[in-house]
Amino acid sequence: MAKSNKPIVWGLFAVGGTVAAFCVPALILAHGLLVPLGVFGENALSYERVSAVIGFLPVKIVVLGVVILTLWHAAHRIRVTMHDFGIRKDDMVAMLCYGAAGLLTATALLGVMAV
Amino acid sequence: MSRKPFVRPVPATTWYMRNGRYLRYMAREVSSLFIGLYMAGLAMGLMRLAQGPDAWNAYLTALSSPLALVFHVLAFAFATYHATTWFNATPKAMRIRWGDGYVPGPTVVRAHYALWGLVSLVILVLVGVI
Amino acid sequence: MSERTIELEILRYNPATDEAPWYQTYTVPCQEEWVVLDAINYVKDHLDSSLSYRWSCHMAVCGSCGMMINGEPMLSCKAFLRDFGRKIRVEPLSHFPIERDLVVVLDDFMEKLPRVKPYIVRDQEKPIEEGEYKQKPFELYEFKQYSMCINCMLCYAACPQYGLNSEFIGPAALALAHRYNKDSRDEGRDQREEITAAHDGIWECSFVGACSEVCPKAVDPAGAIQQMKLASTMDWYLERLGGVGARVKRSLSSRRTSK
Repeated sequence: MAKSNKPIVWGLFAVGGTVAAFCVPALILAHGLLVPLGVFGENALSYERVSAVIGFLPVKIVVLGVVILTLWHAAHRIRVTMHDFGIRKDDMVAMLCYGAAGLLTATALLGVMAV
Repeated sequence: MSRKPFVRPVPATTWYMRNGRYLRYMAREVSSLFIGLYMAGLAMGLMRLAQGPDAWNAYLTALSSPLALVFHVLAFAFATYHATTWFNATPKAMRIRWGDGYVPGPTVVRAHYALWGLVSLVILVLVGVI
Repeated sequence: MSERTIELEILRYNPATDEAPWYQTYTVPCQEEWVVLDAINYVKDHLDSSLSYRWSCHMAVCGSCGMMINGEPMLSCKAFLRDFGRKIRVEPLSHFPIERDLVVVLDDFMEKLPRVKPYIVRDQEKPIEEGEYKQKPFELYEFKQYSMCINCMLCYAACPQYGLNSEFIGPAALALAHRYNKDSRDEGRDQREEITAAHDGIWECSFVGACSEVCPKAVDPAGAIQQMKLASTMDWYLERLGGVGARVKRSLSSRRTSK
């Protein structure tokens, strides 16, 4: 029996899970709920402010780190969850999950670098 | 006497209905769907930012639609559940040596919760200020 | 000593006459301080001598009386009647084929256990005149918890991934592999990883954590498996780093081994 290649994605899963646990609840609360509900005022997350902040290279790196690692964490866990729900085409599920994570990684990269 | 062992099949799609422990596990796993979808939305948002003020403002408007708000309430609940299960499990997966033993599990968990509170506060303040 | 009467609902299966298992209910007069095994022994001695089940020590050491008690894998000698209601359902351990009544087929575990080499592996044995292998208290502490396993297989009955895929090496065997990986006298981790780091080893585990919750000896197989995932991931990357990786790996393992 050959050793599994799961470590490649499991490393990302573990690091991403930790990053997601620390950052994602507050991110959703702030950016998905409090800003749309107007708690931070009319000008919160305005184009001028956000593009100015993301213009800084250290901010770019942190934002990309959080987004990309969390994406890979979710992709790997969704793959396992599909198996738990009884979907047995693991190769196809893996391709779809990691493919989506790859595409979204590229999207985030292109977006952030272009700002 | 010949043997005739009886195999009880495990239902592949409904096994987790057997007890609360499995249901809690599935809730933890399903959190990944919400976290993944939220991050997908955020990645698209970053792309909208690069496309200019009009695209970004359309994105912000979409964020305040009732559907988006309902999704974010659910996503917040699942992300919080993910965080608690993750921190509670950390000392099992990673043991840190301390003298002739390891740092006690509850101490590791409490340290994670404290750091979580700090990081959350920083994120809230930053988003509020921006 | 007070008495109580319980209804014991036991899953019966006789391979010679039954097509499928069925439930039989016994009314058992019990002492307050009895365990479920005592009630089953009463059935065997006074009500129905045809009932088959395994037990030996009656003190949570031998690991042979594991059963599903109200759907939870438990040692029947450690399950006190006072913690249950009037009706108690007893079934053979989940995820294993039923041989007869409460007796399950152990072949699968017996075949898997030796594959992870649950014993000390040395590249070279030290000559006897050089004396014993010495261990510091911390080196013992590192693996002692995982050596408490009594092979009762409650963890296999609790693990849904083993239930869904019986090729999975499973919690107890992996925890025992970890026990020897963590032993400062051992040099067999690379050999064990051929099995434990293969597809049906640690990577079949999705950290449900049920194994550790039902373990009667607090072994924590789930923790052991996550630690192995972490170690195997490091090994995987180090093996791909060429000479530098090999050097790091050697220095890490020589720190583990007290010569």
